Amino acid sequence: MYSFDIERPKSVADAVAALGADEAQPIAGGQTLIPTLKQRLASPSKLVALSGIEEMKYVRRDGDTLVIGGGTTHGTIARETAEHFPGLAGLAARIGDPAVRNRGTIGGSIANNDPSACYPSAALACGATIVTDKREIAADDYFQGMFMTALEEGEIVTEIRFPIPEKSAYMKFEQIASRFPLVGVFVAKFADKVGVGVTGASNDGVFRWSEAEQALGSNFAADAVSGLTAPDASDMISDLHGTGAYRAHLVGVMTKRAVAAAS
Amino acid sequence: MTEVTMTVNGKSVSRPVRGNELLVEFLREQLRLTGTHVGCDTSQCGACCVHVNGELVKACTMFAAEADGAEVATIEGMANADGSLNVIQQAFQDHHGLQCGFCTPGMVMAAAALLKDNPTPTEAEIRHYLQGNICRCTGYHNIIKAIMAASGQDAGKIAAE
Ligand SMILES: Cc1cc2nc3c(=O)[nH]c(=O)nc-3n(C[C@H](O)[C@H](O)[C@H](O)COP(=O)(O)OP(=O)(O)OC[C@H]3O[C@@H](n4cnc5c(N)ncnc54)[C@H](O)[C@@H]3O)c2cc1C
Ligand code: FES
Ligand code: FES
Repeated sequence: MYSFDIERPKSVADAVAALGADEAQPIAGGQTLIPTLKQRLASPSKLVALSGIEEMKYVRRDGDTLVIGGGTTHGTIARETAEHFPGLAGLAARIGDPAVRNRGTIGGSIANNDPSACYPSAALACGATIVTDKREIAADDYFQGMFMTALEEGEIVTEIRFPIPEKSAYMKFEQIASRFPLVGVFVAKFADKVGVGVTGASNDGVFRWSEAEQALGSNFAADAVSGLTAPDASDMISDLHGTGAYRAHLVGVMTKRAVAAAS
Repeated sequence: MTEVTMTVNGKSVSRPVRGNELLVEFLREQLRLTGTHVGCDTSQCGACCVHVNGELVKACTMFAAEADGAEVATIEGMANADGSLNVIQQAFQDHHGLQCGFCTPGMVMAAAALLKDNPTPTEAEIRHYLQGNICRCTGYHNIIKAIMAASGQDAGKIAAE
């Protein structure tokens, strides 16, 4: 690792001020950033640790919306959303392993927008709102391709608001070594619409599978997905773990399984 | 350098740390608590697992500065007060849950974290919980048996191959 200072503010306001410094970068759980720093792929002059900011750690229900602080860990989300939003709890409970879930945060995952990260699929499927220290951004506008988001320099994800679906489930086909999804699909059924968010699959990062959303909107059954043409294989990631055609096929399979499992 | 103060295995320690100093470096190099191992340094293997404020954490993927004010527990603090092995450690010995022993500190810390939340886990729950702890010697069966036994369950009941 290159050398840098580390600062631990206690409030969002202090963190924003600290991030004003040249080449300063936030660190949340560090489960992505620390490995990146070890590989010398990042060279911040200063890290601003968000882990000491209590006002960014919460899960609460506000009417039909589940509101989660950006600094909340995957482990806490797995436990505290189980009652109101089991689909999201199931997603969080299968990220990495227990030690990763005790440190890694939803804000870090949403900010990083790894093409194989789990939460972005749920955020898109539910039409979540990403709240930062400056503004509110609709999920559809927020995710802008692999590792690309609407965030500006020094902007912090402070909260994510999920409209709570009637039924939902996340199905993850694990890449066996990293246990990240090779393909992950989040299906969310609302009274008036169905959302289908797909991660791990596309060269353009997380996306909504709109054909499946329409088909499931009129018939919420696994069979409704059967007749659809899979997403174009040439748009899918092709690597040693699976070809584009394999991933495209998995998108359909995982969508069906998610519909069947939705609760 | 910033000064950090934390409680490690019940004792308060204060030391200056570099910004990029990992918790595992602090434990091993500053405090000479070398029971916490570094198997991969890439958050995959779990050999470096310790408890921070009671939660299982990979010490290779956390900065020492972030443990300021925290309670840290390592394998060196696991034995009983009289120095004898605690129930999890003893079960690992009884059930041959280790061979080279490299992964064992992390396995024991993970097992302790699991049993704190779930005192009588099923075999499937133990296997799921240990997903982030890799052992290249034992093939895991005896580790699972040891944890079953440590939780007072019949270790003989785990599924054969
Ligand atoms: C072994 C292992 C397995 C994993 N498996 C999975 C998996 O299956 N699915 C999955 O989705 N993820 C997985 N992860 C990644 C894990 O979920 C990370 O915790 C997560 O992607 C990043 O969150 P973090 O809090 O650790 O962020 P950090 O690593 O601290 O930060 C990541 C990036 O986001 C920025 N950042 C952090 N917080 C904020 C914020 N609030 N606002 C703005 N910017 C911010 C940082 O500057 C950095 O660029 C795995 C990680 C490991 C080590
Ligand atoms: S050394 Fe920390 S997980 Fe391998
Ligand atoms: S006993 Fe050798 S790695 Fe587990």
